[in-house]
Amino acid sequence: MSGTVGPVLVVLLAIVAIWYVAAVALNAPFQRDIYARAGQTDVPFLQLVNDTLAQERPILPSPAQVAVEIWDTTVNKKITSNRSLIYHTGITLSSTLTGFVMGTLLGIGLAVLVVHSRVLDKSLMPWVISSQTIPILAIAPMIIVVLNAIGISGLIPKAMISTYLSFFPVTVGMVKGLRSPELIHLDLMRTYSASRAETFWKLRLPYAVPYLFASMKVGIAASLVGAIVGELPTGAVAGLGARLLAGSYYGQMVQIWSALVVASVVAGSLVALIGLLEKATLAKMGMNR
Amino acid sequence: MNTAAQLYTPAPHGDRAGPVIDIEKLSLTFATNDGPVHALSNIDLKIDEGDFVSFIGPSGCGKTTLLRVIADLEQPTAGRIAVNGMSPEEARLNRAYGYVFQAAALYPWRTIAGNVALPLEIMGLDAKEREARIARNMELVNLKGFEKKFPWQLSGGMQQRASIARALAVEPKLLLMDEPFGALDEIVRDHLNDQLHQLWAKTNKTVVFVTHSIPEAVYLSTKIVVLCPRPGRIYDIIDSDLPRQRTLDIRETPEFLKVAHRVREGLKAGHSYDD
Repeated sequence: MSGTVGPVLVVLLAIVAIWYVAAVALNAPFQRDIYARAGQTDVPFLQLVNDTLAQERPILPSPAQVAVEIWDTTVNKKITSNRSLIYHTGITLSSTLTGFVMGTLLGIGLAVLVVHSRVLDKSLMPWVISSQTIPILAIAPMIIVVLNAIGISGLIPKAMISTYLSFFPVTVGMVKGLRSPELIHLDLMRTYSASRAETFWKLRLPYAVPYLFASMKVGIAASLVGAIVGELPTGAVAGLGARLLAGSYYGQMVQIWSALVVASVVAGSLVALIGLLEKATLAKMGMNR
Repeated sequence: MNTAAQLYTPAPHGDRAGPVIDIEKLSLTFATNDGPVHALSNIDLKIDEGDFVSFIGPSGCGKTTLLRVIADLEQPTAGRIAVNGMSPEEARLNRAYGYVFQAAALYPWRTIAGNVALPLEIMGLDAKEREARIARNMELVNLKGFEKKFPWQLSGGMQQRASIARALAVEPKLLLMDEPFGALDEIVRDHLNDQLHQLWAKTNKTVVFVTHSIPEAVYLSTKIVVLCPRPGRIYDIIDSDLPRQRTLDIRETPEFLKVAHRVREGLKAGHSYDD
C-alpha cells in the first residue's frame, strides 16, 4: 500500500496544477470584460489570476473554491438540510447499495444458470450483452415513468437502474469464474461421483470467488453512476444527481464540481471497501499468497 | 501378516473369484479433425486382487487413456471391460476406486485435512468418521502434523502424498495412479516409491500405476504391462518373480536387472518402427 501512495500523490498534484492553469485560462476572458466595463486598465497579472480564481460564477471553478464549497455544504450544514451534501450523498448511496446488492445477486444467479444449461448459455448470454449496448440515459426515464405508473417511486426505481448497470460485470465475471476450474479438478469430482450441486458448492463457487470480487469492484462503481443517472429524470429532488442537474439549471459550476468530486470520492471509497472485503475473504480462504 | 489379513475383506458383489479388472478386446478411437486416432487397440488384460500392475510405455501409447477407461473418465469404442464385475460407471458410482492424478490437484482454499475430507463429505460420512479417516490416512502417508497447513505451504512431494491420502481415505480396494511421481525429483521419488511399496504391502490393495520410469515400474510391480504407440496396444506382459517384500536395495540384484532388461527390450521393440 505504502508503495502506491507516492506515485498517486504525484499524479494528484499534477492534476491540481493543470486544473489551476485551466481555471485561470478559461475564466480570464470574462474577467477582462469586467475590467473593461469598470474602465480598469493595466491590471497586474497577479491580480488577474487572483480574480479569475475567485469569481462567483466561474466557467471552471478553482480547486480551492470547490474545496470551500464542499466544506461549507458538509460540515457547516445540518445533515437533514436540503443544502447538505452529506444528505444528498446519503440518498444516492442508499440506492447505489440497494441496486448493487440486487445486481450482484442477479448477476450470480444468471451466471449459475448460464454455466449449468447450454440452452440458457445460448439464449440468455446474447441478451445479457446486448442489454449494455442500450444507452442508460434512454432507459432510465422509462424505468422511472413505468414504475411510477404502477405506484413504485422513490428508492426502488433508482436502485433498479443501478441493478441494470451492475449485474452485467458480475454475470460475465462469474460465468468466467464458475468455468475456470481445471479439468483435473473436475475429473477428481467425477471420480467421487459428485453431483452437479456438490461440484458447484465445493469446486466451482470457491474457484469463482476472486472473479466475483473483481467484477464487484466494477459493478459498484457502475451502480453509483446508475443511481446518479436515475436521479436526473425524477426532477432533481434529492441526491448527487439532483445537485448536478440543479447546478446546471442555475449555472452553478461550483455546485456541480463539488457534487462531482464527492461522487468520485464515494466511488473510490466503495471500490476500496470491496478491495478490503476481498483481502479479508481470500485470507480466510488461505488464498492470500 | 496379521494386519494384511484383517484389512482383507471380500469384494462387495460376491465376485471374489474373478479378476478385479477384466478387459477384453477393448479399443478406443478418438475422432479428430485429422481423422481417427487409435488411442487403444485390442487390449486384453486381467488384473487380480492384490496385484500391483504398472503400465509403462512411451508418450502416446495410451497408458493414461487405459487408466482413465478403467476409471470411467473415458469411454471405450469397442470391447468389454469389467471393474469388480461391474461396468466402470457402476464401479465409479460405487466409489470402488481411488484415483491419484499426475498433479496433486489439491484445492487451494482447503487445508490439507480439508482436502482429505473432500471425498468423505461427498460420500456423506459423519464428522466423527471423517476425523478418524483423516487421522488414519494422514499418518499412513507421514503427513501427521500438517493437517492445518494450506497446500502452498507444502513441498511438491508432500502435496502428492496428501493427494494419495485423499485417495486412500475413500478406502477403496483399488487404487489407480497416473504418473503420481512424474513431476518430482529422483530423491523424493525414491522415497515415495519406498513408502508406496510399504503401503501396498501393508494394505493388500490392488494398484494400477502408470509410469515412464523402468526402475519405478520394476521396483513396485508384481505385473508390468508394456505398451507401444500407434495404435496404443499391449506389447508385453511381464509377471515379476521378485519377492513381495522388497527394499530399494533390490534394484542392484541380478533378478531385478533381468526384469528391467526385459521391460527395456519391450519398449525398444515396440518403438523401433517409429525411427
